[in-house]
Order: sequence, then structure tokens, then C-alpha cells
Amino acid sequence: MDYFPLLLSCKLAGISTLFLLIICAPLAYALVFVPVRGKLFIESLIGLPLVLPPTVFGFYLLLIMGEQGIFGRFYKILFDTSLLFTFSGIAIAAILHTVPYVIQPLKASFTRIDRRLLESAAVLGCSNVSCFFRVVLPNSLPGLAAAAILSFAHIMGEFGVILMIGGSIPKETRVASIAIFEYVEAMRYQEAGQLSLALLIVSYMILLAVNLLEKRNHAS
Amino acid sequence: MRLEISILKKLSHFTLEMELCCPAGELLALVGPSGSGKTTIARIISGLEQPDFGTIRLGENILCDTENGIRVPTRKRKLGYVFQEASLFPHLRIRDNVAFACDTPSRVDNLMDLLGISHLQDKKPSQISGGEQQRAALAQTLAVNPDLLLLDEPFSALDIETRHSLQQKFLEIKKELQIPIIMVTHDLQEASLLSDQIIAVRNGKKDHKWLTQFHGILLPRTSKEQEKLCPRQLAHA
Repeated sequence: MDYFPLLLSCKLAGISTLFLLIICAPLAYALVFVPVRGKLFIESLIGLPLVLPPTVFGFYLLLIMGEQGIFGRFYKILFDTSLLFTFSGIAIAAILHTVPYVIQPLKASFTRIDRRLLESAAVLGCSNVSCFFRVVLPNSLPGLAAAAILSFAHIMGEFGVILMIGGSIPKETRVASIAIFEYVEAMRYQEAGQLSLALLIVSYMILLAVNLLEKRNHAS
Repeated sequence: MRLEISILKKLSHFTLEMELCCPAGELLALVGPSGSGKTTIARIISGLEQPDFGTIRLGENILCDTENGIRVPTRKRKLGYVFQEASLFPHLRIRDNVAFACDTPSRVDNLMDLLGISHLQDKKPSQISGGEQQRAALAQTLAVNPDLLLLDEPFSALDIETRHSLQQKFLEIKKELQIPIIMVTHDLQEASLLSDQIIAVRNGKKDHKWLTQFHGILLPRTSKEQEKLCPRQLAHA
């Protein structure tokens, strides 16, 4: 039994989640607290991956990240390599596809923060950036954890977008969900079953962690 | 340093129009029924809300001048604001709360000693009483060495005993502070105990008549002190 696809999925989910938190936390803060013009349009754009079929989303990413695409060309100039069929490529695709799954719990968590704390911080001379790091983030740890867990879980099960951008290159882009699909296609049901069971256990543990966090959050 | 304001703001039920002046070292109390606009005045002075028209001047500094488009952000106004319910940061220990905007450990120590909360320094806000939280909030506010102090019903959520002890403590501190202090309260006794001037506010405007009906509540002072406290109100009495 080859467990490398499962490890690759974990690596992809871990790295992408880290980047997602770094990108999405300030973005969610701005969406909740900073009066931005056209906020509704920005939020709708961010939420697109929730409603678009992954293949459609993957197709557009393929156009943008391909060697003729604007992002692909830029990446090629910077790193002298293509994004398609690489680990970096599927990581970027997974990040873009998971943004709304991270933004939503972060926004919910930031919204729950008592506004008086922010006003208090402003009166005490805090800038928006300082307030974000010194007040908002420390008071949103359960929300951050929930966002990280949801992101990890979503990327562990990611299939369509990764297939479109990364294909199935062993030890590079062949993550667990793609390996299972290929095992089934090749009628290697025992291996498909083992890998599926491993994913099932990981997913259950993740959901259990989310529910425990929710319960603790309500209790506090 | 003297605080002078002249502001106008349209609110949902009335238009707030207020002119006031508070010299350094004096406490001006804004009294009036709930929903009369007292807190909004304090929030406008702090910059947490903006007036539609008007100016706010603190000494030589213009904090807000709508005509010339000047609006100094709250964080740059160098003021202290104690809210009705202490808004201490729940993730920080009391000492870290007091030191939030103060880099001088000795000042933090002195203020914690002065307000009698040194023994609470390692506790979280949720582990101490309301009165202790208000003391910590006052220490946090004074730690920034503000040019102006705003108090929004700071003692109203406390029981009588704690309120009285904190009012006495505040009277001691007030003598040391040579800055204008604006206090919002609906407690006339508290206003007459702590303040040098009282302005009655109703429906967003000064209402001298409102105070005269409660004249008996004001704590006894010499007639000269009372004249200074609420000159126009007495004239109507």
C-alpha cells in the first residue's frame, strides 16, 4: 500500500492552510472593520469558489496559471519554471479555491469581538495594524483554529481543481483523492479502500476537533 | 490647556447642538436623562463619532474642524476615555492592560499602587470584580498621560459602597490632573460631588430648566460654589 499520496495531501493541506491564514486574516479584518467601497462585490468575488463547479474554477485557473496566462508568465519570469503539474501550482490552486472556507469563520469570529475593545485600543493610540495584532487576533483564537481546521479538511478532499492544474504526477501532484480515483479506475479496490479509510479517519478527527472547538467556544 | 467645542450632529430623534468650554484642571459634568445625547458628545470629542458641523479645540490643537476638513483620528488625540463598563482586554493580565499604551514600568507601578490594584496584576479581567475592573480601566487610561479625560458613567455599574470609594479616590487623583475632564453621568449627586461645572442636556441641547427640578439633590455647597457649579440653573430656580 502506497501511503505517499496521503502524506502529499497532508503536506499540501498544511502548507496551503498556513498561507491561507496569513492571507485571509487581514482580508477578513478589512472586510469586517474597515469601511471599503464595493465591499459587496469583493465578498461576492471571494465567495465564487463556493458556487462554481471545481472543474470550471480549475479551467479558469488553468488559463491564468498556464504558460500563456498572465500569472503563469509572471511566475516563469521569476522562477524560470512552469506552474502547471507542480506542487507549487496545486498549492496555489488549493489556496485560491479554499479562500471562502477560511474567510467565513474568520469573519464570524471577528464580528463577535466586542467593538468597545477596538474603540478602547483606538483611544489608547493603537493604529489599525497594531489593533489587529494586539487585540483582534488574540481574541479570535478559536475562530482562527476553526478556520485552519476547515481549510485543512477542505484541501485534504480537494479533487477537481487539483486534477485540472496538477494532473496526476506521482510524488509531485498525485494527492490522496486523485490516487483513490485512479485506483478505482484501475479496479484496484483494496488499495482504494485502504486509502479511503485513511482519509475517512483523518476527516472524522478533523470534524471532531471542529465540534470540540465550537463547544468550547460556546461555553466560554 | 482648555477644551472648547461647538458641534452639531443630526441624530435619529433630534439634532445635537452643543457648545462648551472646560479649562484645564476642571471637571465638567454632562447630566441629563438617558438618550439625551450626553454619550454622543463624549464620543464626538474622542473622535469615535464625527459631528456634521463644528470645531473641537484642545489648547492650541484643533482636533476637528469640519469647515476646513480637519479630523484628527482618535488614536492621535492623546486622550483618555473610561467607558461605562470597563473595556479591559480580556486576553491580557491586569498589569499588561494598564501597560498597554505605556512604556514606562515605573508609571504603571505607581498608578497600580495609587488605585490599589497592585495585588491584582497577574489576574485576568474576568477574575476580578466590576469595581476593580473600573480601577484598572482608570489606571490604563491615566497611564498614557492624556491631555484630556473623558468619563462615560464610569461608576454607574458599581454598588454604592464601591462607587463611593472610587469617587473619593478619583477626587484625590483629580487634584493632580491639570487637564480638562468631561464626565457623562445621570447621577446628579455624583456630578455635584466631582464636578466644577454642570451642563444639563436634554434632546441634544442645553436644558437649564431640567436641572432646577432636581436642585435639592445637589450636594450642599457654599452659595459661591453653587453659583460656579451651575450658574444659569440657579438663576432659574
